[in-house]
Amino acid sequence: MNLAVRDIRQNFGRFALTTVGVGLLLMIVMGMGGIYRGLIADATLLVEAVGADLWLVQGATRGPFAEISRVPATLEDRARSVPGVATARRFVSHTIQRTFRGRPLRMVVQGLAWPEDAGDWIPLAAGRALRHAHYELVADRSLGLPLGAEVPLGKDLYRVVGLTQGMVGSGGDGMAFFTVSDAQAIQFDVPGEATRLERASRRARVGGRDLGRLNPLLLERSAGATAEIPALGPPQVSAVMVSLLPGHAPEHVMDTLSSWPDITVYTRRQQIDLLLSGMVDKARRQLGLFRALLVIISTIIMALIIYTLTLDKIHDIALLKLIGARNRVIIGLILQQALLIGALGYGLAYWLGTFAFPRFPRRVVIEPPDLMLLAGVVAVISVVASLIGIAKALSVEPNKVLS
Amino acid sequence: MSARDTAPLAIEALNLTKIYGSGNTEVVALNDVTVRVARGEVVALLGPSGAGKSTLLTAVGLINPPTRGRIWIGGELVLEADRACVDLRVFRRRHLGFVFQKANLIPFLSAEENVRIAMEINDVPAREARRRARELLDYLGVGARAANLPAMLSGGQQQRVAVARALANRPSLVLADEPTAALDSQRGRQVMELFRQVAHEQGAGVLVVTHDHRSLDVFDRTLEMEDGVLREGQAVC
Repeated sequence: MNLAVRDIRQNFGRFALTTVGVGLLLMIVMGMGGIYRGLIADATLLVEAVGADLWLVQGATRGPFAEISRVPATLEDRARSVPGVATARRFVSHTIQRTFRGRPLRMVVQGLAWPEDAGDWIPLAAGRALRHAHYELVADRSLGLPLGAEVPLGKDLYRVVGLTQGMVGSGGDGMAFFTVSDAQAIQFDVPGEATRLERASRRARVGGRDLGRLNPLLLERSAGATAEIPALGPPQVSAVMVSLLPGHAPEHVMDTLSSWPDITVYTRRQQIDLLLSGMVDKARRQLGLFRALLVIISTIIMALIIYTLTLDKIHDIALLKLIGARNRVIIGLILQQALLIGALGYGLAYWLGTFAFPRFPRRVVIEPPDLMLLAGVVAVISVVASLIGIAKALSVEPNKVLS
Repeated sequence: MSARDTAPLAIEALNLTKIYGSGNTEVVALNDVTVRVARGEVVALLGPSGAGKSTLLTAVGLINPPTRGRIWIGGELVLEADRACVDLRVFRRRHLGFVFQKANLIPFLSAEENVRIAMEINDVPAREARRRARELLDYLGVGARAANLPAMLSGGQQQRVAVARALANRPSLVLADEPTAALDSQRGRQVMELFRQVAHEQGAGVLVVTHDHRSLDVFDRTLEMEDGVLREGQAVC
């Protein structure tokens, strides 16, 4: 005869409420772990998907994700000249926040090295990859932009030609893929008045020098478009991605590229490690601490409930002792209830999570090893939570029945 | 020589003394008490409140050991002062049955389960326990309420279930502490007659603490306690 189940049947309301409460707490613990996994997945998604073997970034920086990196676009051509390099592509990435149809629109702008890279590697959920050099974008569904929508960015309109699913940046913002030149146009767009002020400033600086006064053509050029001034280079890019030819040892290419003092080279693995150790590590620790606190709170709540359930039947436990019940009968009664609360709470947490987690604004990734670990933790806290109740039950004297 | 003089003893407690506290606060609850109850015998233990009746009952029930004295149950020495000669919990399980003023049924178990639990913790197979529980409840007239929880039973029915639980493991000694105090006189008498019936039919010794003088005719003899001292009352049958 299972005393634990029969007692629960009698106190079903309280038991059910406790289980629901513990289940909700465990769902948050489960969700926190899933959010952490989601952070990792989001942070490494692009690096994994883009498939570059090496990342060339600004010297002595940990760019382009962990910090800002600026390299000249010509680095792409220099990299192509290295033996063993199959392709080199410019990489531009920045986050913008605009308003679209009255709603804030926050996106990670990714530049594709058109025409070499039209984004054919991007997993599309609908539409197509880029087919024109300008005014097209492939957007993630999380941005809420429908296919065919025209989005004003800078001084131009961009049409949504493709949609992705789950392509988000490390901050959880949806990605939008443009050609590099469009991405830079969006990045460096300034209002007309700012352009006029900059040109006037240039003219004043050049006009204040002998060189400018003696050379009127130079003075005239300084007031023109930036692209028409030969001394000024094209806009810089965030990084250059390098893919290696099959059969070439990455170490040899790395050695060559690392000897260039103006850049730093990272392998894909190193880039992922930079992302995880830099951007995700603090979030991981914070979520971990929060999870630990929730586990402790769950344990305390379970312990209190088990203890009060035990106190409620302390007279019955004394009676069981009086009629000769072994300690294991009494321990089993309390421990089974704690384990049942833990197990049902865990099941409830998982079930509720299947509905709740997909609705979270950030990606929640629940992996089987994490589920198994949490199941183990729940088993342990169930046992720990029952200890106070068990201690109380074992200390009660049988003659308490007479009182 | 009467029948009880020749019957095997359910319990023999010799020179029991129980002292609570020490020094100025010392209280002698039992003072050199000797009591014997034969198998099949029903004995009433009378006395005013504070006389030491419940202390004697808990001492011989192996839940509150005496300070001095020895206790044999079914011919086996089980307590020598406060030193246990056997595993008391196991011994209680196998040889003693208890009935209290309140039925003390476990509220989340049905009447049948309340009886079965006593047997199942004594390692009686579940099927055998179920059969005997039914048998006992039928015997005590509450078989029809076997599936009911205690809250659905009257006081008298609950006390009958408690008696069934006390008898479940065929104890050699049943100890009852004012079992009719919460019952009306008619139901109280029925319970007392029940003790007599089970003592005589099942061969258990029964020691009942009672204030109910209206049912004394049910008992084979009475014992009276006052200030921790026991004296033999009159034989009633």
